[in-house]
Amino acid sequence: MGILEVKDVGKRFGGLQALSNVNLSVQENSVHAIIGPNGAGKSTLLNCLVGKLIPDTGSVMFDGQSVLGRAPYEINQMGISRVFQTPEIFGDLTVLENMMIPCFAKRDGAFELNALSSVLRQNDILQKAEHMLEEMNMADKRHMHAAAMSRGDKRRLEIGMCLSQEPRLLLLDEPTAGMARADTNNTIDLLKQISDERDITIAIIEHDMHVVFSLANRITVLAQGTPLVEDDPQNIRGNPKVREAYLGESA
Amino acid sequence: MFGLDKKDTSKLIIVACLALLAPFILNPFPTDSALAQFNAGYPDLMQRFVIFGIFAIGFNILFGLTGYLSFGHAAFLGVGSYSAVWMFKLIGMNVIPAIVLSVIVAGLFALLIGFVSLRRSGIYFSILTLAFAQMSFNLAYSVLTPITNGETGLQLTLEDPRILGVSATADGSIPVTNLFGLEMRSTFEMAVGPWAFQFNAGYYLCALIMLAAFYLSIRIFRSPFGMMLRAVKSNQQRMNYTGLNTRPYTLAAFVISGMYAGLAGGLMASMDPLAGAERMQWTASGEVVLMTILGGAGTLIGPVLGAGFIKYFENIFSKINDNVLHTWFSFLPDGMEDAVVFIIHPFIGKGWHLTLGILFMLVVIFLPGGLVEGGQRIKGWLSRRKSKDGGKAAGETNPAE
Repeated sequence: MGILEVKDVGKRFGGLQALSNVNLSVQENSVHAIIGPNGAGKSTLLNCLVGKLIPDTGSVMFDGQSVLGRAPYEINQMGISRVFQTPEIFGDLTVLENMMIPCFAKRDGAFELNALSSVLRQNDILQKAEHMLEEMNMADKRHMHAAAMSRGDKRRLEIGMCLSQEPRLLLLDEPTAGMARADTNNTIDLLKQISDERDITIAIIEHDMHVVFSLANRITVLAQGTPLVEDDPQNIRGNPKVREAYLGESA
Repeated sequence: MFGLDKKDTSKLIIVACLALLAPFILNPFPTDSALAQFNAGYPDLMQRFVIFGIFAIGFNILFGLTGYLSFGHAAFLGVGSYSAVWMFKLIGMNVIPAIVLSVIVAGLFALLIGFVSLRRSGIYFSILTLAFAQMSFNLAYSVLTPITNGETGLQLTLEDPRILGVSATADGSIPVTNLFGLEMRSTFEMAVGPWAFQFNAGYYLCALIMLAAFYLSIRIFRSPFGMMLRAVKSNQQRMNYTGLNTRPYTLAAFVISGMYAGLAGGLMASMDPLAGAERMQWTASGEVVLMTILGGAGTLIGPVLGAGFIKYFENIFSKINDNVLHTWFSFLPDGMEDAVVFIIHPFIGKGWHLTLGILFMLVVIFLPGGLVEGGQRIKGWLSRRKSKDGGKAAGETNPAE
C-alpha cells in the first residue's frame, strides 16, 4: 500500500479523453517519476492529485484518505506540496518573507486573523525561515525581491518553501523545464540531497530523461491518458513499448 | 514605541503632529490678506480632511494590500452615516453610541457584500462592488424611504424620542451632538496678531480617532495577517498551494476596510447630524479610489495625504471665481487681464474637477507611486546633492557596495 494510491482515474474534456483507467501507487520514501510524450495526460493527472481538477471516475487516496473534492489548500494541509513548472513564488515579497509564509501556513493552518502582532516578533517562524534559507544556500539573498532572482534561484526558493512545510509528498511538475544545463544539474543535486536526507516521498513529472534516470527509483510511463508500464528505471530503459511511445513506430 | 519599529513610530509622530497642529499649519495666511482664501484651517474643512483620511486609510487596507479594487466603498460610509443619525434620533446626542453602531452596521454590511463579491477577482470584483453600491444608493434614495427619508435625507426633528436625552432643548431647538456634554461644534478661537486660529472640539475628536485608525493600520500592515494580504496580491495560486485559504483573508480585509468606512460615515454624521443617499453614490466611491492612488496605494501615509490633497482642492479651488482672478491679475493691461482670466476660468470654481483631473493624470503618469513616491524622489535627490557637496563625510555613511 503506497502513500499515494490512484485507482481507475478518468477525466474527460469535451471530446477528449485525457485520462482513462489510471492506476498508480507511489511508495513511501521513493522517488517516483511519471513520464510520457506530450499530451499523455501527465499534467492533468497531477492536477487531479492536488485538487485543481476533479476526476470524473476513480479515486485518489493519500495516506488512506481521499483527496477528491477537497480544495488545493486543504490537500496541501494534508501533507502534499507542489512545485510548478514555472516557479510560483511571491514576486513582490522579499525572499525571507516568501520563506516565512509557508512556515505560517504550517503553524497556524489555512487561516489565522493575526492582525496585531508584528511579523518581526514571530521568532520561531523567523528562525525556521532563516534556517531553511541557509539550507538552500540563499541566506545572502534574504532581503532581495523574489521577482528579481534568476530562474534557477526562484526554483530553489520554491522547493525550499515547499520543504519548510515538511510535506510527506512533494510533487514536482517538470522542475527543470526551460533551465540551462548547469541549473538543471544543480536542481538534480538538490532533489537528490532532499530525498536522501529527508523522510519524504517525491513524485516528479518530467520530460528530460537525464533528470528522470538520475533521480527516480520507480517510473510510470503514461501514453494517451493511460499508464503503459510501471517499472524500475533499468527495465524502462530497454522496454520496447516505451521506446515506441516516445519515438514513434519507426524506432 | 507602541509595538512599532523606529520608522513606523516616526511616521505616526509625523501624522500626529500634522493632525494636532492642523489649525496652525492650515492657516498660514493672516485673515485679511489676499491669500486668506487659501487658508483651510476652519473646523468644517479640517473635519473633512481627517474623516476622509480615515476612509482612505481603511480603503488602502483592502486595495493597497490585497489589490482588490472595490468601487463601492461609499456604500459603507453611507450606511455608517444613517446608523449614526438613527442613534441620535432614538438614543441621544452622545456621539459614542452613534460611532460604535455605525462601525458595527458597516461591518455587517461589508460582510454581506464581501461574501458575495469576493467570489470573483479583478474587474469582476470591482463591478460587483459597484453594482452593490449603486443598489444601496437607489434603495436609500427611494425604496427604503421610511428608514432613509429618501431624497431629502435623514435629519433630526423635534419629535425624535431620544430616550437617553431630550427631544428638544429648553429653548425649543434640536439638541446638538456632544461627547459627554462637550459639544462637537464648540470652537475656541485664538487670535495671534492678524491670524485667527480655530480649535474645534469635533475636529480634535476626529483627529484622535484618525490617529488611532492610522496606528491600527500600521499594526495591520506589519502583522502576519498584513503579510498574507500582500501575498494574496502577489500570487494567489501559490497561496492556495501553500495550504492557505485566500477567501477568509480577503473577506477579513474587506470587512475591516468597510468598518473604517463606517467609522468615517459615523463621524461625518456626528459632526453634522444628517445623512443623505448621495454619500453612497458611485462618484463618492470613486473619490476614495482617487485619494488612495493619488497619495500612494499600499503605502501607510499615502492615503492620508491623498485625502487631504483632494479635499483641499475641492474646497479651495472651487471657491476661486472670476472676480478673484481679476483682482489677482489687475496689474496686467486690460486686454491681457481678460485673456488670462479667460484661460484660467475653466480650471477654477465649478471647473476644479478639471484641475484635479490633470493633476491626477500627471501623478499617475510620472509618479505611479503617488505623492509618497514624489516625496521619496525629492528626498533621494536632496541626499544625492548633499553627498556631492559633503564629499568624504557622506561617502563614509553610504559605503559603496
